[in-house]
Amino acid sequence: MNRYFTRKILIYALTFFLAVTIDWMIPRFMPGDPIQNMLSRANVNADAAQVMYTYYAHAFQLDLPIWQQYLNFWGALFRGDLGISIYLFPTPVAKVLMRAVPYDLFLLLPAILLSWWAGNNFGAFAARSKWLDNTVSPIGYILSATPYMWLGIFLAWLLGIVLNIFPIAGAYSFDLQPSFSWKFIGSVLQHWFLPFFSLFLVMFGGWAIGMRNMVIYELEADYSHYLEALGAPQRLVRKYAFQNGILPQITGLALQLGVIVAGALVTEVVFSYPGIGYLLLAAIQNQDYFLIQGCFLFIIIGVLIANFAIDIIYILVDPRTRRGMTGETA
Amino acid sequence: MSLQITDLKIYYQTLRGEVQALESTTFSMADGEIMGLAGESGCGKTTLGHSLIYMKPPMKYMGGQVLLDGEELPIWDMDRMNEFRFKKISIIPQYAMNAMNPTRKIGKMISELLGSRGVDFKAILPELERRLGLVKLSTSVLDMYPIELSGGMKQRMVMVLSTLLNPSLLIADEITSALDVASQKAVAEMLVEFRNQGYCKSAIVITHDISILYQIADSILIMYAGQLAEKASTETIIHAPRHPYTKLLISSLPEIGIKSTEKRLTGIPGNPPLLLNPPVGCRFRERCPVAFEKCTEAPPFIEVEPGHHIACWKEGETNA
Ligand SMILES: Nc1ncnc2c1ncn2[C@@H]1O[C@H](COP(=O)(O)OP(=O)(O)OP(=O)(O)O)[C@@H](O)[C@H]1O
Ligand code: SF4
Ligand SMILES: [Mg+2]
Repeated sequence: MNRYFTRKILIYALTFFLAVTIDWMIPRFMPGDPIQNMLSRANVNADAAQVMYTYYAHAFQLDLPIWQQYLNFWGALFRGDLGISIYLFPTPVAKVLMRAVPYDLFLLLPAILLSWWAGNNFGAFAARSKWLDNTVSPIGYILSATPYMWLGIFLAWLLGIVLNIFPIAGAYSFDLQPSFSWKFIGSVLQHWFLPFFSLFLVMFGGWAIGMRNMVIYELEADYSHYLEALGAPQRLVRKYAFQNGILPQITGLALQLGVIVAGALVTEVVFSYPGIGYLLLAAIQNQDYFLIQGCFLFIIIGVLIANFAIDIIYILVDPRTRRGMTGETA
Repeated sequence: MSLQITDLKIYYQTLRGEVQALESTTFSMADGEIMGLAGESGCGKTTLGHSLIYMKPPMKYMGGQVLLDGEELPIWDMDRMNEFRFKKISIIPQYAMNAMNPTRKIGKMISELLGSRGVDFKAILPELERRLGLVKLSTSVLDMYPIELSGGMKQRMVMVLSTLLNPSLLIADEITSALDVASQKAVAEMLVEFRNQGYCKSAIVITHDISILYQIADSILIMYAGQLAEKASTETIIHAPRHPYTKLLISSLPEIGIKSTEKRLTGIPGNPPLLLNPPVGCRFRERCPVAFEKCTEAPPFIEVEPGHHIACWKEGETNA
């Protein structure tokens, strides 16, 4: 047991180290010069630009040798200092990220959890009868196969523009200031609906199909046949099939929850929803090293934590994995 | 009579047509009889066994009647069969190694299964524990997951579970095939002990391995390509078989009954016919050394001596 966890933790630590290193490398070896970029937008004259360039390069420590930058990066990381955003200068990256995260949670947590719950139940239900399966599964396939972009744009067009029921951009009305008023909360919910619903639909289709296939597989497993041969009612057989079929879905759920912090890039772009995904796009467009790094760091940590959680959940729910824990099998 | 089967006919519906896995089958079993059911792989042993308890598509009921203790089994009706399953007729499936839900502790699974059949687990627990002792399993297995048991332990666990409600008929499909020689013998003997204790009134023991049957079976039924060939007492089948197929089969086994062997039923030249489109008449015709014109008609399974049935024109004629 202990050996198992020690080994796991070592693997995760190594993965973290490598991922962070790559994270540090990517923006630095990206083509383009972010400070030049920022200055050219500021429209200053050539002489002043030269002075400012040196100043900013020093401020961002970009004038240090590469290895020094790398070590400083790790040092700052452990102090929780992710640097200053170039694009939103002089806001610290950590602060920018923290502002975006609540939107991601608010959007993705309900979308993932509800679609998971509904999709699994619906998929298991569809697995029961041929008739239901034949009529409903194609819908699931269509939903999950539609490029999300199209679905998002279609919903925005139908519900936002044609029917004019929901707003299609932003997290709340531009003429409102955040406050604890019904008006503001209503506006937030209204803006939230379309991105949420489009995400929900696509994920629902995926979960439902996955679960349907798993349940059909489990219902054909030997233990199901044995139960039936001993006259167990369908209720019990289906219960077991559901409980075993949901195991891989739990992995899927944990993975989805892990990338929550990455936001739903396309959704947030389509609906201009200000989560991490939207931020990441802006950061890339503006070659904002530190912001890009911050976004990726969030994603890395999220995925690693989620994977670790999966490992633990699996040990708890599936006795088959416990055998590997004594260490004799990989 | 414990079991009486009349004209039972079972096919498999496949995309390429009907697999004629069991042709008009008629035989009976006495109370307390352990009947061995043997024949080459694919001859329809499992089909016969399953059809009596669990006939699920693509298996297709084509006709016939099954009486168990004088009561007709509605084998073609998956739902109505439920009240008979486990309580009157039960099975140790060929796949016993994977028969238990991998994510449930065995005791929990049994309690849920029994509960769903209206049986009180608590009340039956002492008996369950006693029987576990009988098959040399500790009661702690109830607190384990199937994966924590060895193959032999799983086999014995399923044996105890399948017979827990004292069914009248037990179908034991290849209960020894997955085991080493030593445990084969032990499991086979446990089955006899179960019958003697009345945990099952009679049993059909399906196997490739005739030497196991020699140790435990009262009678042996030999099948060939979906047809019955011969049924007689174990002594008769081993020492005085009369059907040409049985003769070849027995003579191909070295030192039968003296030592448990791994020998399979392979010592006969040629292959059994495919059952998708089997030859008419006696299906053994092409391999039979004594076949003649009449064999293009299917021979009836007739009693040539008390308790000795044969489906062969040669034998039927000389003795009728
Ligand atoms: N699900 C199925 N669909 C179609 N044909 C099948 C199916 N199951 C069995 N058969 C066919 O029915 C025939 C009898 O099969 P069965 O499983 O009863 O043989 P068996 O005697 O139990 O063989 P074994 O000793 O290998 O277990 C075989 O020819 C097989 O190909
Ligand atoms: S009926 Fe004919 S072919 Fe069949 S076993 Fe008897 S002699 Fe051989
Ligand atoms: Mg079989």
